[in-house]
Amino acid sequence: MDLSFTPEEVAFRQELRTFFTTAIPQSIRTKVLEGQHLTKDEIIAAQRILNANGLAVVNWPVAWGGKDWTPVQVYIYQDEMQLNGVPSPLAFNTSMVGPVIAQFGTDEQKKRYLPAAANLDVWWCQGFSEPGAGSDLASLRTKAERVGDTWVINGQKTWTTLAQHADWIFVLCRTDPAAKKQEGISFILADMKTPGITVRPIQTIDGGHEVNEVFFDNVVVPAENLVGELHKGWDCAKFLLGNERTGIARVGTSKARLKRIRELAALEFDGGEALIHDRKFREKLAACEVELKALEMTQLRIVADEKNHAKGKPNPASSILKLKGSVIQQTTTELMMELVGPYVMPFAASDEGDGRNEAGYGPDYAAGTGPTYFNWRKISIYGGSNEIQRNIVAKAILGF
Amino acid sequence: MDFDFSEDQRLLKDSVDRLIADRYTFEHRRNFMKEPTGWSAEMWAQYAELGLLGLPFSEDLGGFGGGQIETAQVMEAFGRGLVLEPYLATVVIGGGLLRHAGSEEQQAELVPQIIAGDLKLALAHIERHSRWNLNDVAVTAGKDGSGYVINGEKSVVIHGDCAGQLLVTARTAGAQRDHGGIGLFMVDAADPGVSRKGYPTQDGLRAAEISFANAHGVAIGDPGNALPVVERVIDEAIAAVCSEAVGGMAEMLAITVDYMKQRKQFGRAIGEFQVLQHRAVDMFANLEQAKSMAMYATMMAASDDAAERRQALSAAKVQVGKSGKSIGEEAVQLHGGIAMTMEYKVGHYFKRMTMIEQMFGSTDHHLAALADGNGLF
Repeated sequence: MDLSFTPEEVAFRQELRTFFTTAIPQSIRTKVLEGQHLTKDEIIAAQRILNANGLAVVNWPVAWGGKDWTPVQVYIYQDEMQLNGVPSPLAFNTSMVGPVIAQFGTDEQKKRYLPAAANLDVWWCQGFSEPGAGSDLASLRTKAERVGDTWVINGQKTWTTLAQHADWIFVLCRTDPAAKKQEGISFILADMKTPGITVRPIQTIDGGHEVNEVFFDNVVVPAENLVGELHKGWDCAKFLLGNERTGIARVGTSKARLKRIRELAALEFDGGEALIHDRKFREKLAACEVELKALEMTQLRIVADEKNHAKGKPNPASSILKLKGSVIQQTTTELMMELVGPYVMPFAASDEGDGRNEAGYGPDYAAGTGPTYFNWRKISIYGGSNEIQRNIVAKAILGF
Repeated sequence: MDFDFSEDQRLLKDSVDRLIADRYTFEHRRNFMKEPTGWSAEMWAQYAELGLLGLPFSEDLGGFGGGQIETAQVMEAFGRGLVLEPYLATVVIGGGLLRHAGSEEQQAELVPQIIAGDLKLALAHIERHSRWNLNDVAVTAGKDGSGYVINGEKSVVIHGDCAGQLLVTARTAGAQRDHGGIGLFMVDAADPGVSRKGYPTQDGLRAAEISFANAHGVAIGDPGNALPVVERVIDEAIAAVCSEAVGGMAEMLAITVDYMKQRKQFGRAIGEFQVLQHRAVDMFANLEQAKSMAMYATMMAASDDAAERRQALSAAKVQVGKSGKSIGEEAVQLHGGIAMTMEYKVGHYFKRMTMIEQMFGSTDHHLAALADGNGLF
């Protein structure tokens, strides 16, 4: 047992750090570190730089641009990206639809969709949740009916993140209404420009516009847009949801945020004394750091243990990464709010439409504090809420 | 990075795990507790035979030459068995003080006796108002020829009642809370100036109140500057109890999960109730976090950078303290009444966890120590 990184791993980390901090524009990285929303162009620009250097789809099969990295290398890659404010490659492309097509798609589909997804030439969005199908995703009702050489899709999806930017959507549709819940679902691709698709924005409590409703009204797509076997879409969905295991803890992101909070606490005063000298504040910061250090070690243990678990059969401990990681991320937003004190209050709608205080009331680092706190409540809800994660672990340890 | 054990470590783990599983059932333990010392001389001899008493000592002295990882493996198994014997006091702490501060002659004389199972040690450090502050020492050591005379009172000396030699922190100079001027002295427990009152602790182990009246002491290391070595050994002890706690927590979770599958109320296993399932999952999550920090503690206890080491060990103690408390309380709650009884095992783990939380600094003590530092990242 040797819990230190090998010299090769240290060099690997250094190489990535140098690349990330020189190749990705500082302006983009600062926005990420400060928790600001990126524009569509910024997200595309960053991903294209990564892709041009073979760093956008490291988790894909090597034949399609992936890397044959060890789990530890993948971990270091994610950690360094997060520590340095590099925007993660668009998850809908690189960790959702891409791996599904690479695993279940035809050669034709791989050639057509994968390179464009890697380079973000095509922006994908996810058509999973519905008004009546949240945690109970398999109860979804959007249906696709076979008519000649086409699928005709009718129904509604919701919480569709960044659908306003998307070129294509991958949709879970019910194709066999008579079958049992999970068994009549298919995974179908649709061009967002297809007639009958309507996107309606949803404004979230931070004031921002990230998520949307997407309506399908007699949307006709070619039959070849089915991915994988007919009625086996649930397998694709499970594969997709189980795919992204370690990045979800966002340990690097929280490390960067805690470092930043420590710096900023020297600039805020309470009773004439800098907040960083306030015992209570320091203890809260220390308590959060302990949780994060434990999570970092847990993540490394899971990463190192991956070789002992078959693909698609993750260690039940990996659900903890989401459970603990989400709460830690949320705690950093609370600490930040406590740090800026009264300057959390101004709600000055920005160009993005969210409630960032960009009018300059108070210090600039206070601008996103309120919106980020409100927005990040989503982290314990999306991707399988923390209660669903507990159900998964309960099944693994109790068998019920 | 490599989390796997070496072949030797695997063998050690297998043999200790087997020993505890076979020879340290709850029934055995109950009987060991009834022995006059409060623990089993027979098991102590077994540990000697297996080489566990020589684990951290160099091969030159007849030891096993093991490091923090080996100690962690033994302590984790001892945690599962709720082991009563004075291993922590004698081998980890007493042995650690001798290894880091004892002269060659002292080590050559004492270590073989420890390895053979003939000598037990105890660190007498806590005083009436010191709590867990290692620099807070009022007991005095005055120069007397080639040795010292020790005067004052020490409290809650873990396994102080059975130790043949006591390792006592005492002040040779300075004021009560000065960092300098603290020495470490070995005092023969049979010295006429030593009086001891042994008693059981809440977790079924033993401790003693000890007073020194002109007792004869021999300096171990620098009599004017022993604090750094005491801090170092306490950090090693923290790493050891973190591993012990992980063994106990893992056992509590396993017993609780088993109980939830079998216990039926309202016509079904209580483990089918989601409100209870989620609490069991939180126990699991807290156990995993504690395991991680126990490993971190094991790794960092060997660090020569004292400031970094102390921060890391404080962090581990905070996590293990929090995890132990919540897992212990939940284990009792999820069982219900049965866990409130002395005849059921879970309550005993809960008691041990609660005492570990108090040893070498509580959660709040270590959180405050961390808050004094500049962050873990």
